[in-house]
Amino acid sequence: MADLAALATKLTDALPGAIANHVLANGELSITVEPGDIVRVMTCLRDNPSCEFKILVDICGVDWPQKAKRFDVVYHLLSLTRNMRIRVHVLAAEGESVPSIVSVYPAANWFERETFDMYGVPFSDHPDLRRLLTDYGFSGYPLRKDFPLTGYVEVRYDDEIKRVVYQPVQLVQEFRDFDFMSPWEGAPHILPDGTRSSSGNPGRKA
Amino acid sequence: MADAALNTIEEEGKITLNFGPQHPAAHGVLRLVLDLDGEIVTRVDPHIGLLHRGTEKLIEHKTYLQNIGYFDRLDYVAPMNQEHAFVLAIEKLLGLEVPKRGQYIRVLFSEIGRLMNHILNVTFQAMDVGALTPPLWGMESRETMLSFYERVSGSRMHAKYFRPGGVHQDVPPGLLDDIHKFCDGYLKVLDEIDALLIENRIFKQRNVDIGVVNRGEAEMWGFSGVMLRSTGVAWDLRRSQPYECYNDFDFQIPIGRNGDCYDRYVMRMEEMRQSVKIMRQCIEKMPSGPVSSTDNKVVPPKRAEMKSSMEALIHHFKLYTEGFHVPAGEAYAAVEAPKGEFGVYLVSDGSNKPYRCKIRAPSFVHLQAMDYMNKGHMLADVSAVLGSLDIVFGEVDR
Repeated sequence: MADLAALATKLTDALPGAIANHVLANGELSITVEPGDIVRVMTCLRDNPSCEFKILVDICGVDWPQKAKRFDVVYHLLSLTRNMRIRVHVLAAEGESVPSIVSVYPAANWFERETFDMYGVPFSDHPDLRRLLTDYGFSGYPLRKDFPLTGYVEVRYDDEIKRVVYQPVQLVQEFRDFDFMSPWEGAPHILPDGTRSSSGNPGRKA
Repeated sequence: MADAALNTIEEEGKITLNFGPQHPAAHGVLRLVLDLDGEIVTRVDPHIGLLHRGTEKLIEHKTYLQNIGYFDRLDYVAPMNQEHAFVLAIEKLLGLEVPKRGQYIRVLFSEIGRLMNHILNVTFQAMDVGALTPPLWGMESRETMLSFYERVSGSRMHAKYFRPGGVHQDVPPGLLDDIHKFCDGYLKVLDEIDALLIENRIFKQRNVDIGVVNRGEAEMWGFSGVMLRSTGVAWDLRRSQPYECYNDFDFQIPIGRNGDCYDRYVMRMEEMRQSVKIMRQCIEKMPSGPVSSTDNKVVPPKRAEMKSSMEALIHHFKLYTEGFHVPAGEAYAAVEAPKGEFGVYLVSDGSNKPYRCKIRAPSFVHLQAMDYMNKGHMLADVSAVLGSLDIVFGEVDR
């Protein structure tokens, strides 16, 4: 913990103006940087002798539809020599591109493709920004919160035309979204008209 | 095998070859588009996602307890190691302590998972380069280990045994003795497989100096686990960032020297011997006491308790309908899974379901380096490299 706090101060000095804020929680350090600074920050984190975060562990997206900058691109780095981890957040609005860090960490390639595939966050200067996990010819971004769990298209083998066909999803029964959130603990719950109440603090007892 | 329609001859000797997705050496549903110059590989383009089931999306729609089952289906070769990362992430956010006995049982079954993974990998790597006997010999003891999974959790593969706060139930009587007995026999199986392979001329010709990576390259491509250690880096999360009770045990971490496929085979064999050592110590030192936390707001009550206690009944009802709430925040928890660092990045909004759960799978990262590792190798080496990467598509495609 003390190491991470010291690291946070060092980083603020090494990267003046780049780190919007830093948070220490659960024994982990998270910093937030502007999309324009990400390549500079990542290069510094990798090469600065007091960091040496040589291993890119993960890149993923998080969708917060209610926020102005909807997407949160999260990078996890690991330093073998210092035995430390760090998390970097970059906030991006819908359609706003984030500079690719493939030039700094080649391992970012597939992670950025996956984030693009799942959330539609474009990464500028990416050498090969194709979809990764979804089907050939897939449209939409499945991990966005407004993408339904059941999807829009389903695939089946058609015995008459002897090939696989794509068709709109047909549910044999209505999709059942179980919400057991108890109404008396101040959590947002479904009101009789089907909307969610926004009152109360989720998860905290009233 | 290769799809003839896609094999296009562009110019003299230059071929684009479609490898998979139905290929015995593809370890599942991997489609590789290989650019060849004669027999030399010039480019590898893995097409993944054929087993994509949207696990991360599904996880956002279920409570924490319901989600554990999805982790068995990621790396289905060693299911409990995945559950481990997920429950550690939940425990980190909840600040929940696991009793010693629960921790020991978790370590014991994580190490069984490591044995199950490595025995499958080394023997199938042998099969990829032409030896058929090792998988037949290895499968028998793997099946015994699956029966241990079944005895403890009721299911051979989809165990759902690790729960936030500990494990689901205490081990049944006699199981620990049987595992201890199994350990001795297992070392013999390893020696037998070693006798077949370690000095085998064909096996060495196919693996020595194939798929070589050095430390810098391994770091560049984000390697972890055996792939990283084969380059001589002493890095194992069980030792360097100890989680659970790994500090209580005496074991060694094998380190490679040459970073080739053969080193990785030898290291996996040695890792299994070390895992057996951990398992023995675990059984000998197994403490008594509860197997899961006594925090009733997270851990469901025992069945017997519910017959007499109204409060236990209420807790049971609440935990299996609404589930527990996890305080808002984010946490990353990683374990040294057999294949490398398996991590779970969990974002909670304070409700009873994860807001976002990113699964960081080691195979995904390693498969990405296929292009880099295979360039300049022969076509036949592709399957040797793929075998030594230790890929399982459940966790690559998620």
